[in-house]
Amino acid sequence: MPDAVICPIQADVDVVQTRQQGRGIAAEAGFSAGDQTVIAAAISEIARNILMYAKRGEIELRSVRFPDRAGIVVIARDNGPGIKDVQRAMQDGYSTSGGLGLGLPGAKRLMDEFDVVSNGSGTTVTMKKWREVRS
Amino acid sequence: MEVPILKQGTYLIASIQSALTDADLSQLREALVARVGKFRARGVIVDVTALDVMDSFAVRTLRDITHMARLRGAETVIVGIQPEVAFAMVQLGLTLKGVSTALDLEEGLAFLDAKGRERGDRA
Repeated sequence: MPDAVICPIQADVDVVQTRQQGRGIAAEAGFSAGDQTVIAAAISEIARNILMYAKRGEIELRSVRFPDRAGIVVIARDNGPGIKDVQRAMQDGYSTSGGLGLGLPGAKRLMDEFDVVSNGSGTTVTMKKWREVRS
Repeated sequence: MEVPILKQGTYLIASIQSALTDADLSQLREALVARVGKFRARGVIVDVTALDVMDSFAVRTLRDITHMARLRGAETVIVGIQPEVAFAMVQLGLTLKGVSTALDLEEGLAFLDAKGRERGDRA
């Protein structure tokens, strides 16, 4: 798979840099300006989640292309304490940090595919957004 | 990156020039709340036209600025939210409840003028 970038997340500057990288990759993949912003917003929330709960981690960004569709895949990994109850964390309004509780469910609404795997040794969030390609 | 804050009459205008980190946003909040007192400002405009993304932290900070400035006697209006940023905000479930918004700087100034007249401020 080509075009993969790995962005370390350990400070608030990384949140901005990573979402801008993501916007760039989304633009190259042919997403509209509106979709680029949506993707950047989702990356921002996920990166923020890493900082808040795990302190550090990384986000992998890659563009993928099939004959009928193109897309962006965002994989956020950390070795933090993990999410105790993933189902609950995906509910609107649920937050353990006193934040707005929009992180995961908000990002999920912005993307087409969203998957969370979490255990005591870390969390991986994989999210994808697609667009149709007409040949 | 520090956000420049201009003083125009009894208004403060903070015009965001680029994407901001959380630290930059917090710094903007502190600076605005302090300057409302220093310049005896009655109105604050935050121009977010150049902001790439409005995520939960940005929204919370803008809300804090509005409420803190109001406690200090100044009305705040957020201007320049771009259409795609508005779309992403709605999808994320982010609202700016209790926060005034206007299309652009011109509308924002008109809004503050109207608020001032309502309050009986001298021009």
